[in-house]
Amino acid sequence: MQQADKPASSESTIAVRLRDVHKQFGDLQVLRGIDLDVPQAQTVSIIGPSGSGKSTLLRLLMTLDRPTHGRIEIEGESLWTVDQGGKDVPAGDEHVRSVRSKVGMVFQHFNLFPHMSAQANVALAPINVKGLSKAEANERARHYLDLVGLGDKFNAFPAHLSGGQKQRVAIARALAMQPRIMLFDEITSALDPELVGGILAILRDLANQRTMTMLIVTHEMKFAERSSDRVLFFDQGRILEDGPPGQVLGNPREQRTREFLHTVLEA
Amino acid sequence: MIWDWQYALDSLPVLASGLKITIEATLLGMALALIAGLILALARRASFTLLSWPAAFIVEFIRSTPLLVQIYFLFYVLPSFGVTMSPLATGILALGVHYAAYCSEVYRAGIESIPRGQWEAAVALNLNRFTTTFRVILPQAIPPVVPALGNYLVAMFKDTPLLSAITVLEMLQQAKILGSETFRYIEPLTLVGAAFLIMSLVAAAGIRTLERKLKPYAAS
Amino acid sequence: MGELVPPLLAGLSVTLKLTLGGSLFGIVAALVAGLSRLSRIAPVRWVATSYVEVFRGTSALVQLFWFYFVLPLFGLSLSATVVAILVLGLNAGAYGAEVVRGAILAVSKSQWEAAISLNLSRRSTMWRIILPQAVPAMLPPAGNLLIELLKNTALVSLITITDLTFSAQILRAETLKTTEIFSLVLLMYFAAAMVIAAMMRLLERWLSRTQGRAVT
Repeated sequence: MQQADKPASSESTIAVRLRDVHKQFGDLQVLRGIDLDVPQAQTVSIIGPSGSGKSTLLRLLMTLDRPTHGRIEIEGESLWTVDQGGKDVPAGDEHVRSVRSKVGMVFQHFNLFPHMSAQANVALAPINVKGLSKAEANERARHYLDLVGLGDKFNAFPAHLSGGQKQRVAIARALAMQPRIMLFDEITSALDPELVGGILAILRDLANQRTMTMLIVTHEMKFAERSSDRVLFFDQGRILEDGPPGQVLGNPREQRTREFLHTVLEA
Repeated sequence: MIWDWQYALDSLPVLASGLKITIEATLLGMALALIAGLILALARRASFTLLSWPAAFIVEFIRSTPLLVQIYFLFYVLPSFGVTMSPLATGILALGVHYAAYCSEVYRAGIESIPRGQWEAAVALNLNRFTTTFRVILPQAIPPVVPALGNYLVAMFKDTPLLSAITVLEMLQQAKILGSETFRYIEPLTLVGAAFLIMSLVAAAGIRTLERKLKPYAAS
Repeated sequence: MGELVPPLLAGLSVTLKLTLGGSLFGIVAALVAGLSRLSRIAPVRWVATSYVEVFRGTSALVQLFWFYFVLPLFGLSLSATVVAILVLGLNAGAYGAEVVRGAILAVSKSQWEAAISLNLSRRSTMWRIILPQAVPAMLPPAGNLLIELLKNTALVSLITITDLTFSAQILRAETLKTTEIFSLVLLMYFAAAMVIAAMMRLLERWLSRTQGRAVT
C-alpha cells in the first residue's frame, strides 16, 4: 500500500515530480523550494493553513500559473521546458498542451459553463480536444454523469442544480478527459455540510480504483485519514510533514503540525 | 405663415424614400460594425503584441476623431487608391468602421466581466483558444452587452444624416433638396427631426424590453 | 505638405473656440437640466425631460440645420457661429444632464439623511453636501462628452463655418492633395482629443486631492 515497496524511482513510475519549485506573487513568497515525488496511482491529501501554498501547488501542476523557479515533471516529461541536445529550452505551446492533457482539475467553485447543460459541459472537451464524434462524446458524458450519480440530470443547466450536483458535474467533466493525474482543490469547501459526504464518497471510490494519481487539497481530516496513502502538511510555502496518514495526522513530528491539527479538530 | 400643413403632407413621400435609405445604411452599417467590432475586440486581447497594439490604437483613433471627417477621408481618398464605391457604400463602410471601434469596447467589457474561473476551467480541460473563445466565453459575454450594442445601433441611426455631406439621398438630404426648391425648410426639417425622435424613442423602448428578456441568460 | 498646415491651423482654432463655447454652454445646460429633472415640481421635471429626450433622440446635424434655417423665421438673426455654439451646447447638455442626474442619484442616501437630521435646507444640502460629492463622479463621463463635442464641431462645416473640416474641404478643392489633407486633419482632431482627455485626468486628480479621500 505504501510507496516504500515500489522499486527505486525510474521515470515512468513517478507521476508528478517537483524540484526546488518556488512561486512568488510580487513581494509575496507563496512556495519556497518544494521537492516532491508522487508515484503513480498514489492518493495524496494536502492539508495546511490557508495561504500556505496548497492551492498554488495544484495551480502550478494544472499550468494555471508558472513557477518562479524550479522544475515540474509530469510522468517524466518536463512541463515548461524541452530537452534539446542536452540543454533545457522553453517549451512551445504544443508541448505544454500535450503534457497538460495528462492532468485534470476540479475547482472549489465548480466553474461549470452556465450556458451549457450538464451533458454539454462534460462532452465539450472530448469533442474539441480529443476529437470524439458528438455521439461518442455524449455517450461518454452519460457514462461519467451516471458514475457520479447524476443519471437523471443530463439536460439540466447549472442554474438548476444544487452545489453538490454542480460539483458532481465538475468531477464528471474532468474525468471524461481521462487524465492520469487528478487535482482536487478544496472541492467540498463551498458546499453545504450535508452535501459534503456525497462528494467525499465519490472521491473515495475513485481512490480505491487506483487508476489515477490523485492530489487532494482538503480540510476533511477524516477523509484524509481513511482514504489517502499519504498526507502532506504545508506551512508557509514548505512541506513540513510528509508521510502516511496515521503518522502525520495521528502522531506528527512537528509542533506546527500539532498546532494546526488542534485548531482544525476543535472547529 | 410659419407652418404649411399641405406642404408638410406633400413632402412625406420624398422624405419616406430618404428614410428607406437611412434604414438601409443603418442596418448594413451595423452589421459591419458588429462583425468588425468583434474582430477588433479579439485582436486587442491577443497575446501577440503586433496584433493587440495596433488594434488598440485603431480603436482609440477612430473614437477620438469626427465621423464626418472619416466619411470624407474614405470618400475622397479611396478613389485615389483605385477603389471606387457608390456614395452609399462609402457611407456604410464609414459608419461600419466608426461604430466597430465602439462595439469593440462593448465586447471587451463583456468578455472582461466573465469570471476568471471560466477561463481556468477551460485551461484545465485543455480546450484550445478557439473553443474557449467561441464555445465558452463569447456565449456568456455577448447577451449581457446586447442592450449596449442596441444603443449604438440607435446612435448610428442618428448619424446617418452625415452621409448627406457625400450626397447620399437619406432623409436630411431629401429635406435639404425640398427646402432648396421651395425655400421652405421648416416643414421638411421638422418632419425629419420628428421621424428621428419617434424612431429613437421606439428603439429605446425596444432595447429596454430586450434587456429585460435577456436578463435570465446572463452568467449566473 | 508644410504649406497645408497654416490654413488648417486657422480652422483648428475655430474648432477649438467652438468646442470651448459649446462646452461652457453645455455645462450650464447640463447642470440646469440635470437638477431640474430631480425637482419636486412636476412641470419643471417635464420641461427638463422633454429637452433631454428631444435633443438626445434626434440627430445633432438635423438639430443644427433646423436651428440654422428656422430661427430666422422667428425673427432671430443670429450668426452661424452663435447658432452652432447654441446647438452644440444644447446637444451636449442633454447628454450631460443624464450624467449630472446619475451622479447625484449615486450619492449615498445616508448623506441626505444626515443633512435632514441637521435640519439643513434642501438647497443647502444640494449645494454644500451632495453636489461636491457628485462632481468627481461626473468627470470621467464628462470628459467623454467633451470629446464628443469636439467631434460634433465638424458638423458646422456643413453650415459653412470655417472650422477645421471646412478648411480641409477648401484646401482639397484648391490642391487636390486629399490624402495628406485628411490625414493631417484626423491627426489634429486626435491630438486635440488626447489633450482634452489629459486635462480631464489632471482635473480628476486635482479634485480628488483637494477633496481628500474618495467618498462614496
